[in-house]
Amino acid sequence: MSIAPACPLPIQQHETVQMAHGAGGRFSQALMQRIFMPHLSNAFLDQLDDQAKFDIPAGRAAFTTDTYVVSPVFFPGGNIGELAVNGTVNDLAVGGARPLYLSAGFVLEEGLPLQELEIIVRSMAEAARKAGVMIVTGDTKVVGRGQCDKLFINTSGIGIVRRDVSVSCRNLRHGDSIILSGSVGDHGMAIMTTREGLSFQSGITSDSAPLNAMIEAVLEAVPAVHAMRDPTRGGVAATLNELAVSSSAGIEIHEGTVPVRDDVRGACELLGIDPLHVANEGKLVLSVAAEDASKVLEVMRAFDCGRDAAVIGSVVADHPGMVVMRTAFGSRRVIDLPLGEQLPRIC
Amino acid sequence: MKYIDEFRDPQLARQLLQEISRKTTRHWTIMEICGGQTHSIMRNGIDQLLPEGIELVHGPGCPVCVTPLESIERALAIASQENVIFTSFGDMLRVPGSTKDLFMVRSEGGDVRIVYSPLDALQIARENPSREVVFFAVGFETTAPANAMAVYQAAREGMANFSVLVSQVLVPPAMRAILSAPGNRVQGFLAAGHVCAVMGYSEYEPIAAEFGVPIVPTGFEPLDLLAGILKTVEMLEAGTPGVANRYGRVVQREGNPAAQDVIRKVFEVVDRQWRGIGMIPMSGLGLGGEYDRFNAEKKFGVSHIVASESPLCMSGSVLQGKLKPDECPAFSRECTPLHPLGATMVSSEGACAAYYNYHRNVSFP
Repeated sequence: MSIAPACPLPIQQHETVQMAHGAGGRFSQALMQRIFMPHLSNAFLDQLDDQAKFDIPAGRAAFTTDTYVVSPVFFPGGNIGELAVNGTVNDLAVGGARPLYLSAGFVLEEGLPLQELEIIVRSMAEAARKAGVMIVTGDTKVVGRGQCDKLFINTSGIGIVRRDVSVSCRNLRHGDSIILSGSVGDHGMAIMTTREGLSFQSGITSDSAPLNAMIEAVLEAVPAVHAMRDPTRGGVAATLNELAVSSSAGIEIHEGTVPVRDDVRGACELLGIDPLHVANEGKLVLSVAAEDASKVLEVMRAFDCGRDAAVIGSVVADHPGMVVMRTAFGSRRVIDLPLGEQLPRIC
Repeated sequence: MKYIDEFRDPQLARQLLQEISRKTTRHWTIMEICGGQTHSIMRNGIDQLLPEGIELVHGPGCPVCVTPLESIERALAIASQENVIFTSFGDMLRVPGSTKDLFMVRSEGGDVRIVYSPLDALQIARENPSREVVFFAVGFETTAPANAMAVYQAAREGMANFSVLVSQVLVPPAMRAILSAPGNRVQGFLAAGHVCAVMGYSEYEPIAAEFGVPIVPTGFEPLDLLAGILKTVEMLEAGTPGVANRYGRVVQREGNPAAQDVIRKVFEVVDRQWRGIGMIPMSGLGLGGEYDRFNAEKKFGVSHIVASESPLCMSGSVLQGKLKPDECPAFSRECTPLHPLGATMVSSEGACAAYYNYHRNVSFP
């Protein structure tokens, strides 16, 4: 055994997140310069001030926030980074707003490989570019090992609401068509298939996608859309129930009109889960006067994320506050809210 | 989707329904044994489509529902102990004991984990040799083979840190109890398809003969159920009791001999408490012989724990087909899936949960 004399210089280039990365000193600066700025750089963020300052057009602003704790952080079809951008973009868009600026707050677990962090930040930048928004301010904290699971991300966003639009979950009207932009349950099942202890393989990938371009085109064609929601946690069932309750209206949907991918359906059958209860991250539910439905469908189907858009039901006078499905056999059943979380930490 | 859509064909369903209507000349009360069948009936609204003369009552075949309160209390006591990893099928976690459920134990720091197979629990035990791993072995003849196999494997590997809390029950004694009960209305049974896949159906032949009832092993898809109902009605109308299999693609008369073999190796038939119903002699399985060393109740000294039910909960009557869930005064009032008084409101196979989820407060013609 030989002992090589070594100069006790501190290690400068870590490959994992250290507590010091969150301490506000040189390590924090190095993390900014090495991981965040190369990907997220823009005129606002580059100021490196404690806040971003920007002008916004006159009119109504929309403001939203969401925190992402999905496990695992990498899943088939995406990762927590693009989810965090798309989710907040979509929350603004379904309010009839054009998303403009986002903030991003990171809670990093000590020991997280910087390479993984960089992949996540890069996909956030990519998602922001696709959605046409800028991440203009941010924050990073580091917590000890075991105090969070790899990383959590909070994003907030500001958007400008179109003047001619007034969408609200209280706006359902009798006779409205309920339109769904595509297949249900992809995201939740993509997460489920990666879960520890559930060893089945599938080609199911998350549907995580920004909806703002499609929504803008829909509102351009039909400004009088009554209600829009993105059916994330709780799935389409939860969204429809929220709309029905908020508007004190009944919703009837038709079995067989709800698009479900075959592999998602198979996985749901196996696990005894209703695809209507499974989370989505790139789908849109909207309610529009029946005479506008075909126009909306035509616009949606021109987009990748709306290719399989379909009318799945309508707003009815019966059973206000409840969602009822007309089965393929002609019988009816209540579509209820899922009770709790079927899959912990899906977003 | 292959092997599913074939059994959900609306056109064929209409034909079967017409046939059932044509054959039905009087009122018949038929019990589907299994909670999975109950849910499929409710989910597809089959009860709304049947002719008026056919009344379906819902049987005791929900493992979570019939697991006695004292087993839940014992599970809570074991799961709360230091150094224990308590593993269970997900449904059991929300079943209320007298003061809490397994989710609450977990939130208080207990290591409670959901597994999809008892063999996963065994794997956890292998990976955590310094900790005690307990599996909550509940269910009917359907779960018994895999639960037995986990114990059998553990014995073969000489594992000392694995044990099972057993609350394993059997269908035939429950059918006898229902048929013998005063005021019984059940005239025919849709036997539980998956139970029959394991056990076959020869054990139902003496019951059919003794009580003069038709017993029809039946699957879970809409067409399976309608075919089972049609056969039961035909036998009732013709006055020819017996056993007739309508789940031929899964069930054989002898069942699965390999599965039965491992059940016999590990378990012996014992008296069992049924939640809401009470003691039924020789109606369950317990660890037998050399396998008793995997008995978690003895290992953790919880056999003394007893418990009594909420007086409001009438799940016993529901489980015996004497009461429809929505006829219970507490249904959807004091008792909801969020605040269940009994396990029939908790389990995804529970009749009360099926009524609440699919039919609640809405009268469908």
